[in-house]
Amino acid sequence: MITAAASMSALGLGLGYLLGAAARKFHVETPPIVEEIAKILPGTNCGACGFPGCNGLAEAMAEGNAPVTACTPGGRDVALALAEIVTVEEGAQAGPIAEIEPMVAFVFEDHCTGCQKCFKRCPTDAIIGGAKQIHTVVMDACIGCDACIEVCPTEAIVARVKPKTLNNWFWDKPDVAFGGQAKPQTAEQAA
Amino acid sequence: MSFLSLSNLLKPSTWGTVRGGVHPEYRKALTSEAETLRMPIPQLLRVPLQQHSGAMAEPLVQRDDYVLKGQLIGKARGTMSANIHAPTSGRVIALGAFTAPHPSGLPVPTITIRPDGEDKWGPHLPRLRPEMADPDEIAAHIELAGIVGLGGAAFPAAVKLNQRKRHAVDTLLLNGAECEPYLTCDDRLMRENAEEIVDGAGIMGRAIGVKQIIVGIESNKPDAITALRRFKFALGIPFSVKVVPAQYPMGSAKHLVLAVTGKEVPARARTAEMGVLVYNVGTAHAVHLAVRYGEPLISRVITVSGRGVARPSNVKVLIGTPISDIIDFCGGFVGEIDRVILGGPMMGHPVASLRVPVVKGTCGVLAMTVSETRKSDQMPCIRCGSCVGACANGLTPFDLNAKIQAGDLEGAAKVGLMDCMSCGSCAYACPSGIPLLQAFDYARGKLAERQGRKHQQEETKRLAAARKAREEAIAEAKKQMMLKRKAEMAAKKKAEEAAAASEMPPPATGSAIQGEATP
Repeated sequence: MITAAASMSALGLGLGYLLGAAARKFHVETPPIVEEIAKILPGTNCGACGFPGCNGLAEAMAEGNAPVTACTPGGRDVALALAEIVTVEEGAQAGPIAEIEPMVAFVFEDHCTGCQKCFKRCPTDAIIGGAKQIHTVVMDACIGCDACIEVCPTEAIVARVKPKTLNNWFWDKPDVAFGGQAKPQTAEQAA
Repeated sequence: MSFLSLSNLLKPSTWGTVRGGVHPEYRKALTSEAETLRMPIPQLLRVPLQQHSGAMAEPLVQRDDYVLKGQLIGKARGTMSANIHAPTSGRVIALGAFTAPHPSGLPVPTITIRPDGEDKWGPHLPRLRPEMADPDEIAAHIELAGIVGLGGAAFPAAVKLNQRKRHAVDTLLLNGAECEPYLTCDDRLMRENAEEIVDGAGIMGRAIGVKQIIVGIESNKPDAITALRRFKFALGIPFSVKVVPAQYPMGSAKHLVLAVTGKEVPARARTAEMGVLVYNVGTAHAVHLAVRYGEPLISRVITVSGRGVARPSNVKVLIGTPISDIIDFCGGFVGEIDRVILGGPMMGHPVASLRVPVVKGTCGVLAMTVSETRKSDQMPCIRCGSCVGACANGLTPFDLNAKIQAGDLEGAAKVGLMDCMSCGSCAYACPSGIPLLQAFDYARGKLAERQGRKHQQEETKRLAAARKAREEAIAEAKKQMMLKRKAEMAAKKKAEEAAAASEMPPPATGSAIQGEATP
């Protein structure tokens, strides 16, 4: 009994020491760019990009394996900020980035069973609800990462375009239509 | 004032005017000479909970509740908000979302009331003697009555009144300019209710503690000027009328202050910083009703005009009256209607549906026929500078527009986009028919949206960090719990062992003895 315990401990200690020494000896510096990228990314580890968390994406991006537009919840602003520090290879990105409509999750209350899976998964705590109670989404906190949609067992959650309200609505950009049908939408040209 | 140049001195028409501006055809004669009508109670009233700038009011009633006239049905939420009262007695038949009187046509939470026709008053607001009341009391009373600026922006009147605490205000300026074409509701109010307006102004003047009250009226309203010139004092405060030239946009608060007092309000500053508070004459009338009679703001005078209306007139309507009912009251549509506009033709917006209600800030409903609107094809900008000459704020609209079309919104903001007050003079003056104002509205909305998103990014980071911290704390707590339980188990075991040990001795000694005994 004592011999067995002693041999196992010796083995463990020896291997541990070996591992520690190897970590010291073959230490690889994390490139500072990875940290910089990770700082810009939202840090929610939502998984919408397909990489293991924000750090995973940062590493992939530093190696050039992911485009700067990979973070969909971050949208245009994050992509622009990333493009300033990440070398964008020629031809990798043509033209300006299209602005994507911000999405939010929406719970169909008929289908919600109150299993709390989405509640636990949401990286920004945007879903509220108790066990066996209908859950709902706090739209201002939702980043539209789709994490809850994947875990929902009853497919009660869908992604929707964030609805406009009276406070954030504004007129469309007027068309430059020379000689064509200009759309004077405001009434200032009356009288 | 205009730039003092020799050429301007030679043109009497420019004396006393503000920089820029335009002179649209006023077309006020359509409604200015007819007495204000009182519209009967409509079949249905839809009272939106967001009628003012600021936070939405909180509903206090439920479906099937019976409400009395003047009863509080929406409570102000936060400091920038306004109370909402039932315009007449009746039953609440719905509490939901309905199309807002807004160009977007988006829904807004609305209380729908089916009037019972009895128009039964609930308890009035408590009576107040403004001659003896404390300024704070008057301000609180105005807040209670849910009064907002009736000129169009619907800024809560009490919030504006409270600016007196931060700035030394010595002048109360009543805005009777009414520079928008077609609109004559303020004109009619000044002619018919001059005494009430002066009294309301006096009450506000006492609340603010001003030395003088001035009414600024455009020269194209001689009857209103005569009506108000009869008064020299308002509750003991010197009261005077100042005639300003008819020029659009004279009704803008900052420009009226400039034309009346000669003080130019800096960009993005408030008029209160120059010692002047500006209220619409309609607001003064509403204050009079609230303080003297305890009536909250539940009705207002609006101008129903345009050649598309059979009998254009000024109508006193309850807040929440659908505009289709008002048009029917005025004889319905005639001719080919091009568009229906809420507000004036320069700054108003087309309506999404004729069923939308009148709100506190609605000053007019205009049905324009094709002959009155001008839809011209858009042509390229020819750099003529008409827009620069028309801009009352000294901006360069063509430059702003070029920057916006090129996508350089920040650049546009740098050259004064935020100082534009959306008066539309530039678009009116543009010979190429370029929708300048729409471009500015778009750019400002877009910039605000970007700002909002940036804010959300930061909030997201904060939320994610908070979640991480919480999860770690939970894990740590679990670990501690496990350790504690382990320690407890160990202690228990030890205690048991100890107990066993203390119980052991007799047999142990016995065995020892036995052991001793065996060999």
